[in-house]
Amino acid sequence: MAGESLDEAKIIQVENLVKTFGGFAAVNDVSFSVNRGEIFAFLGPNGAGKSTTIKMLTTLLKPTSGRILIDGHDPVLHEDAVRGSFGIVFQDPSLDDELTAGENLEFHGVLYRVPADVRRKRIQELLEFVELWERRDDLVKTFSGGMKRRLEIARGLLHHPKIFFLDEPTQGLDPQTRNHLWQYIKNLNQTEKITIFFTTHYIEEAEKAAGKVAVIDEGKIVGQGSPEELKVKTGSQTLEESFLSLTGHKIRDDEAGAVDQMRMRRRLWHR
Amino acid sequence: MKAVYILWLRQIKRYLRSRSRIIGSLGQPILFLLALGFGFGPVFQRAGQGNYLEFLTPGIIAMSVLFTSVFAGIEIIWDRQFGFLKETLVAPVSRLEIMIGRTLGGATVATLQGIIVFLISLLAGFRPQTWLHLVPALAFVVLTAVLFTALGTAIASVLDDMQGFQLIMNFLIMPLFFLSGALFPLNGLPKFLEIITAIDPLSYGVDGLRGTLVGAAHFGLSLDLAVLSVMTALLLAVGSYLFSKIQI
Repeated sequence: MAGESLDEAKIIQVENLVKTFGGFAAVNDVSFSVNRGEIFAFLGPNGAGKSTTIKMLTTLLKPTSGRILIDGHDPVLHEDAVRGSFGIVFQDPSLDDELTAGENLEFHGVLYRVPADVRRKRIQELLEFVELWERRDDLVKTFSGGMKRRLEIARGLLHHPKIFFLDEPTQGLDPQTRNHLWQYIKNLNQTEKITIFFTTHYIEEAEKAAGKVAVIDEGKIVGQGSPEELKVKTGSQTLEESFLSLTGHKIRDDEAGAVDQMRMRRRLWHR
Repeated sequence: MKAVYILWLRQIKRYLRSRSRIIGSLGQPILFLLALGFGFGPVFQRAGQGNYLEFLTPGIIAMSVLFTSVFAGIEIIWDRQFGFLKETLVAPVSRLEIMIGRTLGGATVATLQGIIVFLISLLAGFRPQTWLHLVPALAFVVLTAVLFTALGTAIASVLDDMQGFQLIMNFLIMPLFFLSGALFPLNGLPKFLEIITAIDPLSYGVDGLRGTLVGAAHFGLSLDLAVLSVMTALLLAVGSYLFSKIQI
Protein backbone atom coordinates (compact mmCIF):
# COMPACT_ATOMS: atom_id res chain seq x y z
CA MET A 1 0.00 0.00 0.00
CA ALA A 2 1.33 3.37 -1.02
CA GLY A 3 3.77 4.59 1.62
CA GLU A 4 2.23 2.33 4.22
CA SER A 5 3.46 -0.99 5.43
CA LEU A 6 1.20 -3.98 5.81
CA ASP A 7 -0.76 -3.65 8.99
CA GLU A 8 -1.30 -7.11 10.48
CA ALA A 9 -4.20 -5.95 12.63
CA LYS A 10 -6.13 -4.86 9.55
CA ILE A 11 -7.65 -7.67 7.51
CA ILE A 12 -9.21 -5.36 4.91
CA GLN A 13 -7.42 -2.22 3.76
CA VAL A 14 -8.92 -0.03 1.07
CA GLU A 15 -7.20 3.09 -0.17
CA ASN A 16 -8.46 5.65 -2.68
CA LEU A 17 -10.62 3.06 -4.39
CA VAL A 18 -12.31 4.24 -7.60
CA LYS A 19 -14.60 2.43 -10.02
CA THR A 20 -16.07 4.20 -13.00
CA PHE A 21 -18.59 2.87 -15.51
CA GLY A 22 -18.40 5.00 -18.62
CA GLY A 23 -18.02 8.46 -17.16
CA PHE A 24 -19.92 7.68 -13.98
CA ALA A 25 -17.98 7.08 -10.76
CA ALA A 26 -19.92 4.41 -8.82
CA VAL A 27 -17.16 4.34 -6.22
CA ASN A 28 -15.26 7.56 -5.90
CA ASP A 29 -12.05 7.68 -3.86
CA VAL A 30 -13.09 5.41 -1.01
CA SER A 31 -10.74 4.55 1.88
CA PHE A 32 -11.46 2.46 4.96
CA SER A 33 -10.09 -0.47 6.88
CA VAL A 34 -11.48 -3.38 8.87
CA ASN A 35 -9.73 -4.89 11.85
CA ARG A 36 -9.25 -8.62 12.27
CA GLY A 37 -12.16 -10.16 14.16
CA GLU A 38 -14.33 -7.08 13.85
CA ILE A 39 -17.98 -6.87 12.86
CA PHE A 40 -18.05 -4.14 10.25
CA ALA A 41 -21.21 -2.60 8.80
CA PHE A 42 -21.08 -0.97 5.39
CA LEU A 43 -24.15 1.22 5.08
CA GLY A 44 -25.57 3.39 2.36
CA PRO A 45 -28.74 4.13 0.40
CA ASN A 46 -29.57 2.25 -2.81
CA GLY A 47 -27.04 2.86 -5.55
CA ALA A 48 -24.50 4.36 -3.13
CA GLY A 49 -21.73 2.00 -4.27
CA LYS A 50 -21.96 -0.73 -1.62
CA SER A 51 -22.32 -3.68 -3.97
CA THR A 52 -19.75 -2.32 -6.40
CA THR A 53 -17.26 -2.03 -3.52
CA ILE A 54 -18.00 -5.58 -2.37
CA LYS A 55 -17.54 -6.86 -5.92
CA MET A 56 -14.10 -5.25 -6.03
CA LEU A 57 -13.16 -6.63 -2.61
CA THR A 58 -14.20 -10.12 -3.75
CA THR A 59 -12.40 -10.14 -7.15
CA LEU A 60 -15.59 -9.94 -9.23
CA LEU A 61 -14.76 -6.47 -10.53
CA LYS A 62 -11.45 -4.82 -11.22
CA PRO A 63 -10.98 -1.36 -9.68
CA THR A 64 -10.39 1.58 -11.99
CA SER A 65 -7.76 2.82 -9.53
CA GLY A 66 -6.79 2.62 -5.87
CA ARG A 67 -5.56 -0.27 -3.76
CA ILE A 68 -7.18 -3.10 -1.86
CA LEU A 69 -5.53 -5.58 0.49
CA ILE A 70 -7.53 -8.58 1.70
CA ASP A 71 -5.62 -10.45 4.42
CA GLY A 72 -2.43 -9.02 2.91
CA HIS A 73 -3.27 -9.94 -0.71
CA ASP A 74 -4.22 -7.73 -3.62
CA PRO A 75 -7.42 -9.02 -5.30
CA VAL A 76 -6.13 -7.96 -8.71
CA LEU A 77 -2.73 -9.62 -8.44
CA HIS A 78 -3.48 -12.63 -6.22
CA GLU A 79 -7.05 -13.53 -7.07
CA ASP A 80 -6.95 -17.09 -5.75
CA ALA A 81 -5.29 -16.21 -2.42
CA VAL A 82 -7.99 -13.61 -1.88
CA ARG A 83 -10.78 -15.92 -3.06
CA GLY A 84 -9.75 -18.64 -0.64
CA SER A 85 -9.73 -16.24 2.31
CA PHE A 86 -13.35 -15.12 2.30
CA GLY A 87 -16.86 -16.54 2.24
CA ILE A 88 -19.76 -14.56 0.87
CA VAL A 89 -23.53 -14.37 0.94
CA PHE A 90 -24.59 -12.30 -2.03
CA GLN A 91 -27.45 -9.86 -2.02
CA ASP A 92 -29.33 -11.95 -4.61
CA PRO A 93 -29.74 -15.70 -4.30
CA SER A 94 -26.83 -17.64 -5.76
CA LEU A 95 -27.78 -21.27 -5.18
CA ASP A 96 -28.42 -23.83 -7.90
CA ASP A 97 -32.14 -24.50 -7.54
CA GLU A 98 -31.91 -27.75 -9.47
CA LEU A 99 -29.46 -29.25 -6.98
CA THR A 100 -30.19 -30.42 -3.45
CA ALA A 101 -29.00 -28.55 -0.37
CA GLY A 102 -26.31 -31.17 0.15
CA GLU A 103 -25.18 -31.01 -3.46
CA ASN A 104 -24.87 -27.24 -3.35
CA LEU A 105 -22.53 -27.55 -0.37
CA GLU A 106 -20.66 -30.46 -1.94
CA PHE A 107 -20.11 -28.39 -5.08
CA HIS A 108 -18.77 -25.52 -3.02
CA GLY A 109 -16.49 -27.76 -0.95
CA VAL A 110 -14.93 -29.31 -4.04
CA LEU A 111 -14.35 -25.93 -5.67
CA TYR A 112 -12.63 -24.71 -2.49
CA ARG A 113 -10.55 -27.92 -2.27
CA VAL A 114 -11.86 -28.99 1.14
CA PRO A 115 -10.68 -32.63 1.51
CA ALA A 116 -13.47 -35.21 1.14
CA ASP A 117 -13.55 -36.45 4.76
CA VAL A 118 -13.42 -32.93 6.23
CA ARG A 119 -16.02 -31.87 3.70
CA ARG A 120 -18.47 -34.57 4.72
CA LYS A 121 -18.08 -33.74 8.39
CA ARG A 122 -18.42 -30.01 7.95
CA ILE A 123 -21.42 -30.29 5.63
CA GLN A 124 -23.26 -32.22 8.32
CA GLU A 125 -22.17 -29.80 11.07
CA LEU A 126 -23.14 -26.73 9.09
CA LEU A 127 -26.47 -28.11 7.89
CA GLU A 128 -27.32 -29.02 11.47
CA PHE A 129 -26.18 -25.56 12.53
CA VAL A 130 -28.60 -23.86 10.13
CA GLU A 131 -31.24 -26.51 10.83
CA LEU A 132 -31.41 -27.88 7.33
CA TRP A 133 -29.85 -31.31 7.87
CA GLU A 134 -33.24 -33.02 7.55
CA ARG A 135 -33.74 -31.28 4.19
CA ARG A 136 -30.30 -32.08 2.79
CA ASP A 137 -31.64 -34.27 -0.03
CA ASP A 138 -34.36 -31.85 -1.11
CA LEU A 139 -33.98 -29.67 -4.17
CA VAL A 140 -33.27 -26.05 -3.28
CA LYS A 141 -36.16 -24.89 -5.47
CA THR A 142 -38.52 -26.27 -2.82
CA PHE A 143 -36.98 -24.02 -0.12
CA SER A 144 -38.38 -20.77 1.26
CA GLY A 145 -36.40 -17.53 1.11
CA GLY A 146 -35.25 -17.88 4.71
CA MET A 147 -34.10 -21.47 4.19
CA LYS A 148 -32.14 -20.46 1.11
CA ARG A 149 -30.44 -17.69 3.07
CA ARG A 150 -29.48 -20.11 5.83
CA LEU A 151 -28.14 -22.54 3.27
CA GLU A 152 -26.08 -19.78 1.68
CA ILE A 153 -24.64 -18.93 5.06
CA ALA A 154 -23.71 -22.56 5.65
CA ARG A 155 -22.13 -22.69 2.23
CA GLY A 156 -20.12 -19.51 2.76
CA LEU A 157 -18.62 -20.98 5.93
CA LEU A 158 -17.78 -24.40 4.54
CA HIS A 159 -14.16 -23.60 3.70
CA HIS A 160 -13.57 -21.80 7.04
CA PRO A 161 -13.03 -18.31 5.64
CA LYS A 162 -11.23 -15.59 7.57
CA ILE A 163 -13.65 -12.94 6.34
CA PHE A 164 -17.36 -13.37 5.82
CA PHE A 165 -19.06 -10.91 3.46
CA LEU A 166 -22.80 -10.60 3.90
CA ASP A 167 -24.53 -8.35 1.38
CA GLU A 168 -27.95 -7.58 2.87
CA PRO A 169 -28.24 -11.03 4.43
CA THR A 170 -31.56 -10.32 6.14
CA GLN A 171 -33.35 -8.66 3.24
CA GLY A 172 -36.88 -10.04 2.86
CA LEU A 173 -36.72 -12.18 6.00
CA ASP A 174 -39.22 -12.09 8.84
CA PRO A 175 -38.11 -10.69 12.24
CA GLN A 176 -37.80 -14.19 13.75
CA THR A 177 -35.46 -15.41 11.04
CA ARG A 178 -33.50 -12.16 11.13
CA ASN A 179 -33.02 -12.41 14.84
CA HIS A 180 -31.99 -16.04 14.58
CA LEU A 181 -29.54 -15.22 11.83
CA TRP A 182 -27.86 -12.48 13.81
CA GLN A 183 -27.44 -14.88 16.70
CA TYR A 184 -25.55 -17.21 14.36
CA ILE A 185 -23.43 -14.45 12.95
CA LYS A 186 -22.45 -12.94 16.29
CA ASN A 187 -21.79 -16.35 17.72
CA LEU A 188 -19.59 -17.17 14.73
CA ASN A 189 -17.67 -13.96 15.13
CA GLN A 190 -17.01 -14.68 18.80
CA THR A 191 -16.18 -18.39 18.66
CA GLU A 192 -14.40 -18.60 15.31
CA LYS A 193 -12.96 -15.06 15.28
CA ILE A 194 -14.25 -14.60 11.75
CA THR A 195 -14.27 -11.01 10.55
CA ILE A 196 -17.78 -10.03 9.46
CA PHE A 197 -18.33 -7.45 6.74
CA PHE A 198 -21.98 -6.77 6.09
CA THR A 199 -24.37 -4.36 4.44
CA THR A 200 -27.97 -3.81 5.45
CA HIS A 201 -30.86 -1.42 5.10
CA TYR A 202 -31.98 -2.22 8.64
CA ILE A 203 -29.83 0.34 10.42
CA GLU A 204 -30.81 -1.00 13.86
CA GLU A 205 -29.09 -4.28 12.92
CA ALA A 206 -25.87 -2.39 12.39
CA GLU A 207 -26.37 -0.49 15.63
CA LYS A 208 -26.79 -3.73 17.57
CA ALA A 209 -24.15 -5.88 15.91
CA ALA A 210 -21.41 -3.74 14.43
CA GLY A 211 -18.26 -2.60 16.21
CA LYS A 212 -17.51 -0.26 13.34
CA VAL A 213 -19.62 1.38 10.68
CA ALA A 214 -18.81 3.12 7.42
CA VAL A 215 -21.50 5.07 5.57
CA ILE A 216 -21.17 5.47 1.83
CA ASP A 217 -23.24 7.80 -0.30
CA GLU A 218 -22.91 8.64 -3.99
CA GLY A 219 -19.65 6.73 -4.15
CA LYS A 220 -18.00 8.51 -1.23
CA ILE A 221 -17.53 7.64 2.43
CA VAL A 222 -19.52 10.25 4.36
CA GLY A 223 -18.85 8.94 7.84
CA GLN A 224 -17.10 6.14 9.69
CA GLY A 225 -16.42 5.01 13.24
CA SER A 226 -18.19 3.09 15.96
CA PRO A 227 -21.99 3.53 16.14
CA GLU A 228 -21.44 5.63 19.29
CA GLU A 229 -18.92 7.89 17.56
CA LEU A 230 -21.25 8.44 14.62
CA LYS A 231 -24.13 9.29 16.91
CA VAL A 232 -22.02 11.79 18.82
CA LYS A 233 -20.64 13.29 15.64
CA THR A 234 -24.09 13.87 14.14
CA GLY A 235 -25.78 14.67 17.45
CA SER A 236 -28.33 11.87 16.97
CA GLN A 237 -30.13 9.53 19.35
CA THR A 238 -29.99 6.49 17.10
CA LEU A 239 -27.73 5.26 14.32
CA GLU A 240 -30.68 5.52 11.95
CA GLU A 241 -30.91 9.24 12.66
CA SER A 242 -27.21 9.72 12.07
CA PHE A 243 -27.50 7.69 8.87
CA LEU A 244 -30.23 10.02 7.63
CA SER A 245 -28.35 13.11 8.68
CA LEU A 246 -25.28 11.85 6.80
CA THR A 247 -27.06 10.77 3.63
CA GLY A 248 -30.06 13.12 3.49
CA HIS A 249 -33.71 12.25 3.01
CA LYS A 250 -33.85 12.05 -0.76
CA ILE A 251 -35.28 8.73 -2.00
CA ARG A 252 -32.99 6.76 -4.33
CA ASP A 253 -33.96 4.64 -7.27
CA ASP A 254 -32.95 1.03 -7.23
CA GLU A 255 -32.13 -0.86 -10.37
CA ALA A 256 -34.69 -3.56 -10.96
CA GLY A 257 -36.71 -5.14 -13.66
CA ALA A 258 -34.11 -7.05 -15.63
CA VAL A 259 -34.04 -10.07 -13.35
CA ASP A 260 -37.82 -10.23 -13.04
CA GLN A 261 -38.14 -10.14 -16.79
CA MET A 262 -35.59 -12.91 -17.04
CA ARG A 263 -37.47 -15.12 -14.63
CA MET A 264 -40.58 -14.82 -16.70
CA ARG A 265 -38.85 -15.53 -19.94
CA ARG A 266 -37.01 -18.47 -18.44
CA ARG A 267 -40.28 -20.04 -17.38
CA LEU A 268 -41.65 -19.66 -20.87
CA TRP A 269 -38.55 -21.15 -22.41
CA HIS A 270 -38.31 -24.17 -20.16
CA ARG A 271 -41.88 -25.31 -20.43
CA MET B 1 -9.17 -31.46 -12.05
CA LYS B 2 -11.68 -32.03 -9.23
CA ALA B 3 -13.21 -28.65 -10.05
CA VAL B 4 -13.64 -29.67 -13.68
CA TYR B 5 -15.29 -32.89 -12.54
CA ILE B 6 -17.78 -31.25 -10.18
CA LEU B 7 -18.75 -28.67 -12.81
CA TRP B 8 -19.26 -31.48 -15.30
CA LEU B 9 -21.30 -33.46 -12.78
CA ARG B 10 -23.54 -30.47 -12.12
CA GLN B 11 -24.48 -30.22 -15.80
CA ILE B 12 -25.23 -33.95 -15.99
CA LYS B 13 -27.39 -33.86 -12.87
CA ARG B 14 -29.32 -30.85 -14.10
CA TYR B 15 -29.88 -32.57 -17.44
CA LEU B 16 -31.09 -35.85 -15.98
CA ARG B 17 -33.45 -34.01 -13.64
CA SER B 18 -35.12 -31.93 -16.31
CA ARG B 19 -37.23 -34.66 -17.91
CA SER B 20 -39.57 -32.18 -19.53
CA ARG B 21 -36.58 -30.60 -21.20
CA ILE B 22 -35.27 -33.93 -22.49
CA ILE B 23 -38.64 -34.95 -23.88
CA GLY B 24 -39.34 -31.45 -25.21
CA SER B 25 -36.07 -31.29 -27.07
CA LEU B 26 -36.77 -34.64 -28.74
CA GLY B 27 -39.98 -33.38 -30.33
CA GLN B 28 -38.23 -31.48 -33.07
CA PRO B 29 -35.88 -34.24 -34.28
CA ILE B 30 -38.71 -36.78 -34.25
CA LEU B 31 -40.91 -34.44 -36.27
CA PHE B 32 -38.13 -33.81 -38.77
CA LEU B 33 -37.37 -37.52 -39.11
CA LEU B 34 -40.99 -38.46 -39.67
CA ALA B 35 -42.21 -35.52 -41.75
CA LEU B 36 -39.13 -35.00 -43.89
CA GLY B 37 -37.80 -38.55 -43.82
CA PHE B 38 -41.03 -40.14 -44.99
CA GLY B 39 -42.45 -37.08 -46.72
CA PHE B 40 -39.54 -36.46 -49.05
CA GLY B 41 -38.60 -40.16 -49.26
CA PRO B 42 -40.47 -40.92 -52.50
CA VAL B 43 -39.20 -37.79 -54.31
CA PHE B 44 -35.66 -38.45 -53.17
CA GLN B 45 -35.95 -42.04 -54.40
CA ARG B 46 -37.28 -40.98 -57.81
CA ALA B 47 -34.42 -38.52 -58.16
CA GLY B 48 -32.09 -41.48 -57.94
CA GLN B 49 -30.58 -40.48 -54.59
CA GLY B 50 -31.60 -43.62 -52.68
CA ASN B 51 -33.18 -43.86 -49.24
CA TYR B 52 -33.87 -40.39 -47.78
CA LEU B 53 -34.36 -41.57 -44.19
CA GLU B 54 -30.90 -43.09 -44.37
CA PHE B 55 -29.53 -39.83 -45.76
CA LEU B 56 -31.41 -37.64 -43.30
CA THR B 57 -30.74 -39.44 -40.02
CA PRO B 58 -27.09 -38.29 -39.60
CA GLY B 59 -28.28 -34.73 -40.31
CA ILE B 60 -30.97 -34.91 -37.64
CA ILE B 61 -28.55 -36.36 -35.09
CA ALA B 62 -26.19 -33.48 -35.87
CA MET B 63 -29.09 -31.04 -35.52
CA SER B 64 -29.98 -32.15 -32.02
CA VAL B 65 -26.30 -32.11 -31.02
CA LEU B 66 -26.02 -28.56 -32.40
CA PHE B 67 -29.09 -27.26 -30.56
CA THR B 68 -28.35 -28.97 -27.27
CA SER B 69 -24.72 -27.95 -27.16
CA VAL B 70 -25.25 -24.29 -28.09
CA PHE B 71 -27.98 -24.06 -25.43
CA ALA B 72 -25.74 -25.74 -22.87
CA GLY B 73 -23.12 -23.08 -23.56
CA ILE B 74 -25.67 -20.28 -23.48
CA GLU B 75 -26.93 -21.50 -20.09
CA ILE B 76 -24.17 -19.36 -18.59
CA ILE B 77 -26.52 -16.43 -19.12
CA TRP B 78 -29.09 -18.10 -16.82
CA ASP B 79 -26.40 -18.76 -14.26
CA ARG B 80 -25.38 -15.14 -14.46
CA GLN B 81 -28.94 -13.86 -14.06
CA PHE B 82 -29.77 -16.29 -11.26
CA GLY B 83 -26.60 -15.62 -9.36
CA PHE B 84 -25.02 -19.04 -9.46
CA LEU B 85 -22.25 -17.84 -11.77
CA LYS B 86 -21.04 -15.51 -9.00
CA GLU B 87 -20.66 -18.49 -6.69
CA THR B 88 -18.34 -20.14 -9.22
CA LEU B 89 -16.48 -16.96 -10.07
CA VAL B 90 -15.51 -16.10 -6.47
CA ALA B 91 -14.16 -19.63 -5.89
CA PRO B 92 -10.38 -20.09 -5.97
CA VAL B 93 -10.55 -21.90 -9.31
CA SER B 94 -9.16 -20.67 -12.61
CA ARG B 95 -11.58 -19.43 -15.22
CA LEU B 96 -10.09 -21.96 -17.61
CA GLU B 97 -11.07 -24.88 -15.35
CA ILE B 98 -14.60 -23.50 -15.05
CA MET B 99 -14.86 -23.13 -18.81
CA ILE B 100 -13.50 -26.64 -19.41
CA GLY B 101 -15.81 -28.24 -16.83
CA ARG B 102 -18.86 -26.52 -18.24
CA THR B 103 -17.94 -27.28 -21.82
CA LEU B 104 -17.35 -30.96 -21.11
CA GLY B 105 -20.65 -31.08 -19.21
CA GLY B 106 -22.55 -29.42 -22.03
CA ALA B 107 -20.86 -31.60 -24.63
CA THR B 108 -21.72 -34.76 -22.68
CA VAL B 109 -25.36 -33.73 -22.48
CA ALA B 110 -25.41 -32.97 -26.22
CA THR B 111 -23.79 -36.33 -26.95
CA LEU B 112 -26.41 -38.13 -24.87
CA GLN B 113 -29.09 -36.26 -26.77
CA GLY B 114 -27.50 -37.32 -30.07
CA ILE B 115 -27.46 -40.95 -28.92
CA ILE B 116 -31.15 -40.79 -27.99
CA VAL B 117 -32.00 -39.42 -31.45
CA PHE B 118 -29.95 -42.22 -33.00
CA LEU B 119 -31.96 -44.79 -31.01
CA ILE B 120 -35.21 -43.16 -32.15
CA SER B 121 -34.03 -43.29 -35.75
CA LEU B 122 -33.56 -47.06 -35.32
CA LEU B 123 -37.25 -47.25 -34.45
CA ALA B 124 -38.06 -45.27 -37.58
CA GLY B 125 -36.22 -47.87 -39.64
CA PHE B 126 -32.70 -46.46 -39.91
CA ARG B 127 -29.84 -48.97 -39.88
CA PRO B 128 -26.14 -48.01 -39.83
CA GLN B 129 -24.04 -49.54 -42.56
CA THR B 130 -21.90 -51.45 -40.06
CA TRP B 131 -22.37 -51.37 -36.29
CA LEU B 132 -18.62 -51.15 -35.84
CA HIS B 133 -18.71 -47.65 -37.33
CA LEU B 134 -20.66 -46.43 -34.33
CA VAL B 135 -17.34 -45.84 -32.59
CA PRO B 136 -15.96 -43.28 -35.05
CA ALA B 137 -19.48 -41.86 -35.43
CA LEU B 138 -19.52 -41.23 -31.68
CA ALA B 139 -16.18 -39.46 -31.99
CA PHE B 140 -17.70 -37.11 -34.57
CA VAL B 141 -20.67 -36.46 -32.31
CA VAL B 142 -18.40 -35.64 -29.35
CA LEU B 143 -16.23 -33.33 -31.44
CA THR B 144 -19.28 -31.52 -32.83
CA ALA B 145 -20.72 -31.24 -29.32
CA VAL B 146 -17.55 -29.69 -27.87
CA LEU B 147 -17.27 -27.30 -30.81
CA PHE B 148 -20.78 -25.90 -30.42
CA THR B 149 -20.76 -25.83 -26.61
CA ALA B 150 -17.66 -23.68 -26.86
CA LEU B 151 -19.49 -21.48 -29.37
CA GLY B 152 -22.41 -21.15 -26.96
CA THR B 153 -20.03 -20.25 -24.13
CA ALA B 154 -18.36 -17.62 -26.27
CA ILE B 155 -21.73 -16.07 -27.16
CA ALA B 156 -23.00 -16.20 -23.57
CA SER B 157 -19.83 -14.51 -22.30
CA VAL B 158 -20.52 -11.36 -24.29
CA LEU B 159 -24.31 -11.23 -23.76
CA ASP B 160 -25.77 -9.78 -20.57
CA ASP B 161 -29.21 -11.29 -20.86
CA MET B 162 -31.44 -13.25 -23.18
CA GLN B 163 -32.53 -10.22 -25.23
CA GLY B 164 -30.27 -11.30 -28.06
CA PHE B 165 -31.42 -14.89 -27.94
CA GLN B 166 -33.90 -14.64 -30.80
CA LEU B 167 -31.23 -12.98 -32.90
CA ILE B 168 -28.79 -15.80 -32.26
CA MET B 169 -31.44 -18.41 -32.93
CA ASN B 170 -32.53 -16.95 -36.27
CA PHE B 171 -29.26 -15.61 -37.58
CA LEU B 172 -26.78 -18.16 -36.29
CA ILE B 173 -28.21 -21.48 -35.11
CA MET B 174 -30.87 -21.93 -37.78
CA PRO B 175 -28.53 -20.99 -40.66
CA LEU B 176 -25.84 -23.28 -39.21
CA PHE B 177 -28.35 -26.12 -39.37
CA PHE B 178 -30.15 -25.43 -42.65
CA LEU B 179 -26.96 -24.63 -44.57
CA SER B 180 -25.01 -27.65 -43.36
CA GLY B 181 -26.15 -30.34 -45.77
CA ALA B 182 -28.13 -31.96 -42.98
CA LEU B 183 -31.24 -31.99 -45.18
CA PHE B 184 -29.90 -32.07 -48.75
CA PRO B 185 -26.94 -33.54 -50.66
CA LEU B 186 -24.01 -31.15 -51.15
CA ASN B 187 -23.22 -32.13 -54.75
CA GLY B 188 -24.53 -30.11 -57.65
CA LEU B 189 -25.48 -27.06 -55.55
CA PRO B 190 -25.49 -23.48 -56.92
CA LYS B 191 -22.06 -21.92 -56.43
CA PHE B 192 -23.05 -19.51 -53.60
CA LEU B 193 -24.67 -22.29 -51.62
CA GLU B 194 -21.69 -24.54 -52.20
CA ILE B 195 -19.41 -21.89 -50.71
CA ILE B 196 -21.70 -21.24 -47.72
CA THR B 197 -22.06 -24.93 -46.91
CA ALA B 198 -18.30 -25.36 -47.12
CA ILE B 199 -17.82 -22.54 -44.55
CA ASP B 200 -20.42 -23.94 -42.12
CA PRO B 201 -18.56 -26.06 -39.55
CA LEU B 202 -21.66 -28.18 -38.95
CA SER B 203 -21.36 -29.42 -42.57
CA TYR B 204 -18.28 -31.35 -41.51
CA GLY B 205 -19.99 -32.82 -38.47
CA VAL B 206 -22.94 -33.95 -40.60
CA ASP B 207 -20.57 -35.27 -43.25
CA GLY B 208 -18.46 -37.17 -40.73
CA LEU B 209 -21.58 -38.79 -39.31
CA ARG B 210 -22.92 -39.61 -42.75
CA GLY B 211 -19.56 -41.03 -43.77
CA THR B 212 -19.32 -43.29 -40.75
CA LEU B 213 -22.98 -44.31 -40.41
CA VAL B 214 -24.06 -44.52 -44.06
CA GLY B 215 -20.72 -44.64 -45.85
CA ALA B 216 -21.38 -41.59 -48.03
CA ALA B 217 -19.08 -38.71 -47.13
CA HIS B 218 -18.96 -35.64 -49.37
CA PHE B 219 -15.77 -34.00 -48.09
CA GLY B 220 -14.10 -37.21 -46.90
CA LEU B 221 -13.64 -38.30 -43.29
CA SER B 222 -10.10 -37.01 -42.89
CA LEU B 223 -11.06 -33.51 -44.03
CA ASP B 224 -14.12 -33.64 -41.74
CA LEU B 225 -11.95 -34.61 -38.81
CA ALA B 226 -9.32 -31.97 -39.57
CA VAL B 227 -11.81 -29.09 -39.98
CA LEU B 228 -13.77 -30.06 -36.87
CA SER B 229 -10.61 -30.37 -34.77
CA VAL B 230 -9.22 -27.03 -35.86
CA MET B 231 -12.57 -25.27 -35.37
CA THR B 232 -13.02 -26.88 -31.95
CA ALA B 233 -9.58 -25.78 -30.81
CA LEU B 234 -10.21 -22.29 -32.14
CA LEU B 235 -13.62 -21.89 -30.47
CA LEU B 236 -12.33 -23.32 -27.20
CA ALA B 237 -9.61 -20.68 -27.23
CA VAL B 238 -12.03 -17.87 -28.10
CA GLY B 239 -14.60 -19.13 -25.59
CA SER B 240 -12.02 -19.37 -22.80
CA TYR B 241 -10.73 -15.91 -23.54
CA LEU B 242 -14.18 -14.31 -23.56
CA PHE B 243 -15.23 -16.27 -20.47
CA SER B 244 -12.14 -15.12 -18.58
CA LYS B 245 -13.18 -11.52 -19.30
CA ILE B 246 -16.58 -11.86 -17.64
CA GLN B 247 -17.14 -9.30 -14.91
CA ILE B 248 -20.31 -9.22 -12.92
